[in-house]
Amino acid sequence: MNSALVKKDTFALWKKNLSSFWSIYRQNSMGLIGMVILLIFALMAILGPYLVDITIMTVDGVTQVIHPPTSEYWLGTDDLGKDILAGVIVGSRVSLMVGLAATAISMVIGTVVGIVSGFYGRVVDALLMRFTDVFLVIPWLPLMLVMAALLGPSLGNIIFVIGITSWAGTARIIRSQTLSVKERPYVERARAIGSGDTHIMFYHILPNVFPLIFANTVLVAAVAILSETTLSFLGMGDPTQVTWGMMLHFAFSMGAVSFGAWWWLLPPGICVVLVVLSFTFIGYALDEVLNPKLRRRDQ
Amino acid sequence: MNKDFNEANNLLSVRGLEVHFAVRSGFFSSLVSRKISLVRAVDGLDFELKKGEILCLAGESGSGKTTAGKAVLRLLEPTGGEVLFKGEEMNAFSKSRLRHFRQEAQIIFQDPFESLNPRQTVFSTVAEPLEVNRLTRDRREKEERVAKALSDAGLSNPRELFMRYPHELSGGQRQRLAIAGALVLHPDFIVADEPVSMLDLSIRAGILKLMVELRDNKGISYLFITHDLSLAWLISDRIAIMYLGKIVELGSADDVIKSPLHPYTKALVSVIPVPKRVSLAGKTLLKGETPDPVNIPLGCRFHPRCPEAQPRCSEEEPAYREITPKHFGACHFI
Amino acid sequence: MRLLEVENLTTYYKLKEGYVRACENISLHLERGEAIGLVGESASGKTTAALSLIKLLPENAHVMAGSIKIEGRDISGATEEELRHIRWKDIAIIFQGAMNALNPVRRVGAQIVEAVRIHDKLSEKEACKRTAELFDQVEIDPDRVREYPHEFSGGMRQRVMIAMAIACNPKIIIGDEPTTALDVMVQAQVLQLLETLRREREMGMLLITHDLSVVGETCDRVAVMYAGQIVENGPTEKVFSDPAHPYTRALIAAFPNIEGERFLAASIPGNPPNLLAPPGGCRFHERCSEAYGLCSNEVPALTNISPGHSAFCHLLQRRVKV
Repeated sequence: MNSALVKKDTFALWKKNLSSFWSIYRQNSMGLIGMVILLIFALMAILGPYLVDITIMTVDGVTQVIHPPTSEYWLGTDDLGKDILAGVIVGSRVSLMVGLAATAISMVIGTVVGIVSGFYGRVVDALLMRFTDVFLVIPWLPLMLVMAALLGPSLGNIIFVIGITSWAGTARIIRSQTLSVKERPYVERARAIGSGDTHIMFYHILPNVFPLIFANTVLVAAVAILSETTLSFLGMGDPTQVTWGMMLHFAFSMGAVSFGAWWWLLPPGICVVLVVLSFTFIGYALDEVLNPKLRRRDQ
Repeated sequence: MNKDFNEANNLLSVRGLEVHFAVRSGFFSSLVSRKISLVRAVDGLDFELKKGEILCLAGESGSGKTTAGKAVLRLLEPTGGEVLFKGEEMNAFSKSRLRHFRQEAQIIFQDPFESLNPRQTVFSTVAEPLEVNRLTRDRREKEERVAKALSDAGLSNPRELFMRYPHELSGGQRQRLAIAGALVLHPDFIVADEPVSMLDLSIRAGILKLMVELRDNKGISYLFITHDLSLAWLISDRIAIMYLGKIVELGSADDVIKSPLHPYTKALVSVIPVPKRVSLAGKTLLKGETPDPVNIPLGCRFHPRCPEAQPRCSEEEPAYREITPKHFGACHFI
Repeated sequence: MRLLEVENLTTYYKLKEGYVRACENISLHLERGEAIGLVGESASGKTTAALSLIKLLPENAHVMAGSIKIEGRDISGATEEELRHIRWKDIAIIFQGAMNALNPVRRVGAQIVEAVRIHDKLSEKEACKRTAELFDQVEIDPDRVREYPHEFSGGMRQRVMIAMAIACNPKIIIGDEPTTALDVMVQAQVLQLLETLRREREMGMLLITHDLSVVGETCDRVAVMYAGQIVENGPTEKVFSDPAHPYTRALIAAFPNIEGERFLAASIPGNPPNLLAPPGGCRFHERCSEAYGLCSNEVPALTNISPGHSAFCHLLQRRVKV
């Protein structure tokens, strides 16, 4: 055997790990439902613009304003005559993107703070955890509103605001797991072969807390999407972007409720609920699949 | 014998090694007082390990044997005493000397399941020491060294095991993998902390034989830590019996097991398990258990449980001295 | 009438991949005041066999066959309700992990009192008195009933577990590795105590262990298990001095013996078989140094070597024929 073969083996190993993961995940019906819903939305976000004419987002003839669903406009139109369906599709792109980007920020901060805090303990731990506590107890909605107001309504700011207000829970969970992992003999063994702190944190602690990060992250994504919707609905969003929250904001402020324009309110609302639900489902399913305590039986 | 000559033959000289931990007492009492109690896990240890020797640190739980093993590897910081490795004072090790020491001295743990990272493949487990110490950049060379270490540890067809995970191996294979992870750095000193006590009897001998062979072929010295005296007798050249952080007796394996001097050793030897029908009914056993190393008795630390204790034992700590040639003990009455 | 008579007890675990044949055709008997050791290495099925007696098994375990009689009364078809009475009053069990069996935030005495009152209709006061007596019997200062589990050392905790087990005067005690986690000296103390109690109360004892020496110190008879089956059964003295089955021989040879010669015996090659699909013929044949053609094809029959000493091995058949 030569080096190329070891590389090939590594690839085969990943495939094996993935397929064994899938064979357990597959049995979780909640997880499957969540995954299907999420896939549909992901496809919609990616392929939607090629299937539906989103140019009818622009103002059309006056007759078409606030019109119930027709064969031409499947989900009707809004006060400016824009197609709701096109809005939902374009909104899904922004909502998913904001959700994922904010989650990525939150995950990175939470993981780094959690691992460093748990690994070094003592003063470092005390300082970082008090810092985390602050973020944990701050009422996040007002903070988000204040920050969004200060930083101005842009998509980047929304992502930033959600990201830095949602990492504290992750950090707490990762820290407690790190505390338990760092006491394992393999960490001591790593020290005995001369590994430095960074190496141990990266190669021994991180892979062993990763399942937790993963399961937790998915739940954070649900919260992030909900936060984006909330911020936009409250008018702190970027008015130049079409998001589900923005659609709800305009529908609400233009009096969709008094018009009885259900087609204007329901689609973005249902979409938010479904996406949040799908992330939550996947999160719980992952927790069950990746939690070694629940997997004990097949050993 | 010339003292300098002695020193040169010693891989390790331990003098007055102490490891004390401060522990805060229970939650409620910590609210009212700031009292910190001291656990004297290792409390003045003297011994030498010669090149190519297997020295056994034997004792019950709470004797401090594992703590001592970790302290000589500097996995725990000693609070007192000195350790000389190849004649060099370890307290004075620079950062780079310590890094190099990490390649010369290795440890094998009791539980091969716990001491291997469950998310690391066999290859990555054994290759990690090479990567950490930046010993080789060449992929092919790395693979060859990993394969060599695995086969040295008695694992046949090493390359077929490369991509396996520890949980896919049997208990014996896992311990061999842990040994391979130590061997890959070509150490000349290994601390083996109860390396076979988690394994089934039928596979223990294989692991022990491997360790002895490595000593014979590669000159590796061992500090072998165990609670099992019959095992200690089988594998080691000399045995040190520890009680509450101190050595109470040290001598050749045969001397300690076949003609023990210290009352504690005598008691331990009398209950060494043997595979035959024996009656426990008439045996006189030591009363009680090893006390907490927070409250070490004054005088001889064994006196409250000693069947031969005299008034003097509770007042004066016995000196650790050579009683017969190369057979040491710490008791007033031997 | 025998105190306990077990015949052809077979328990399988159901997994996705099929049945794990954890213990098969276990036959044992126990007289009053007798101690029998069930020895085997990990995954030999010894614990499954013992727990099958009182049906303390995980959900996916199925007792496939076998009869269990206590003083002639068949309990193999007992309902869960009946079993609750049998456990403790007829058969009590002592587990290895004494720490986990005690609630850490309640006083030790209170926990025993509670357990006693579940099974015997006693007043609080009587139960307290009984608890103090039990402590005395397991050689713990009765004043310590007011202490918490963490104030007890490992050996003391195991004594508490023994006190709990004998609280309702059981006829049979099952010890599942009762001394494995303890130091040798403490182990000897606890075994000595068990021995005394067994003789005083004429209890039958089934001791499950991986340690031959524990059997040697406490048991009159021994059954050696390998891969879910009993391979040899006989008086402890006979089995240790003249083992009939190659597995027993190898196991005894592997035991470090300070009375023997100072060298490392050979280990048994290979690993125990996967019990999802155990090998045909004798289950030990793949690791047996004396195996021949017949061993891989035919399941060996039980051969009597001397009264009360029997083993499953083709070599013995051969020896008897010649």
